Amino acid sequence: MPYTAIHARSEIQRPVSNTFIILTVLTALLINGLPWEGIWLKLRPDFVAVVLLYWCMHKPWRLGIGISWTVGILADVADASLFGQHALAYTVLAFGGVVLNHRLQMFDLRQQTTHVFGILVIAYSVYAMVHWLVNGYVSWMYFLGCLTSTLLWPPLCIMFQAMRQKPVDRE
Amino acid sequence: MESTQSFRFFNRGPSPMVRLVFFAVLSMLLLFVDARFRYLESTRSVLSILVSPIQRVAAWPGDLWHLVGDLYVTQSRQHSLIAENEGLNLQHQLDAAQLLQLQSLLAENQQLRNLVELPLSKDFTTQLVEILYAERDVFKRRVLVNKGENANIRIGQVVMDDVGIVGQITRVYPWLSEITLITDKDHAVPIQISRNGLRAIVFGAGDTSQLSLRYMPVSADVQAGDILVTSGIDGIYPPGIPVAKVIKVERDPAYPFANVTCLPVAGVDTHRHLLVLSDMPELPERPTEMSTQGSVDKRAKTKRKN
Repeated sequence: MPYTAIHARSEIQRPVSNTFIILTVLTALLINGLPWEGIWLKLRPDFVAVVLLYWCMHKPWRLGIGISWTVGILADVADASLFGQHALAYTVLAFGGVVLNHRLQMFDLRQQTTHVFGILVIAYSVYAMVHWLVNGYVSWMYFLGCLTSTLLWPPLCIMFQAMRQKPVDRE
Repeated sequence: MESTQSFRFFNRGPSPMVRLVFFAVLSMLLLFVDARFRYLESTRSVLSILVSPIQRVAAWPGDLWHLVGDLYVTQSRQHSLIAENEGLNLQHQLDAAQLLQLQSLLAENQQLRNLVELPLSKDFTTQLVEILYAERDVFKRRVLVNKGENANIRIGQVVMDDVGIVGQITRVYPWLSEITLITDKDHAVPIQISRNGLRAIVFGAGDTSQLSLRYMPVSADVQAGDILVTSGIDGIYPPGIPVAKVIKVERDPAYPFANVTCLPVAGVDTHRHLLVLSDMPELPERPTEMSTQGSVDKRAKTKRKN
């Protein structure tokens, strides 16, 4: 996808409603909460992380680091992991998204995905590091989820853009 | 709209860097407090009320899957169901005969215990719970079930299925509770080998559905096929309930301890319905003359809960 296409598209997009943002985050939490087991759990992309990253990059003043942290705390409760584990990872992730906001907007989808991969790797290593500090061993299994999350980025990105654009096309 | 942000006409609050540092420090503080002191359990249970609707909805597909499976079984496999029913009837009759024997043995045992003035071993009651979902961490073996404080579930209660020990309640939310399975890493169950009464402790392996008997001397009398039952001397697990079966014993003279691998007897990973034991008999209070001993025990217990 060339640079102009994305740029042109983002200009005619109608403003995103808060409800839509909240709904996407809730849906991501829901999908994360599905009964994943065994190998599927290891391969499961972190939907919440990808959705948060999307909004941090596209609407950094609507969904920023603070909200990402709050969602992280909720994810901690849902997963019964240590308080702050997801929160810390999502904070770093949101920071990456907000800081790279301008740059990422100008990239085409492939370049975006490469950057998203980097951010996700950092976020996942935060997660793995917490695990290492608490449990005393590092697990490389975490990074499988990082790969699948990156693979999730392009379809999710295209889907969100399409969903945001639809009402404009109708008018 | 967002393109104006770099000019900073409007006060948008602290910069991302400040926010990052603030929230990162906050998270680390929470991590430290939660990992070391566990002060935040009440906060967690309050927040869990917020999250639980999402979790309930997320459990629907699984429920639907089971429902469809049940429907399929009832619709298309009536013959096998009839056969299964007959088998169960037969099993029931056999069991009933054995149960009669057991009751006479119980009576006899009570009488004998009365004679030698030993306290009677009391019965316990059970509560049926249903697994909602497994915890989404590859390295933990924990499940959440559908009853919590509302059904009087307490931390430390033992969970079993129809054949053996499955785990222990480790966290209680208003409507949920968390069971740590015996296969969780470092989860310890005090056991006795039913063949010779040898006491030991069986630990969860964590990454597989196996258990291991640690600190068994090379010379210890353990054989493949031995059944491990709870010893009941810890005051948490009731005595005499099957826990695991020894499947492999490796004795390497180079190491002081034998490497004993066991498999849980209960369907730790398979069932949807479990039994929570309540009204456990109280053990007589621990002798207190050795304070160091007590503190060591306490530490061991908290470690087990973690």
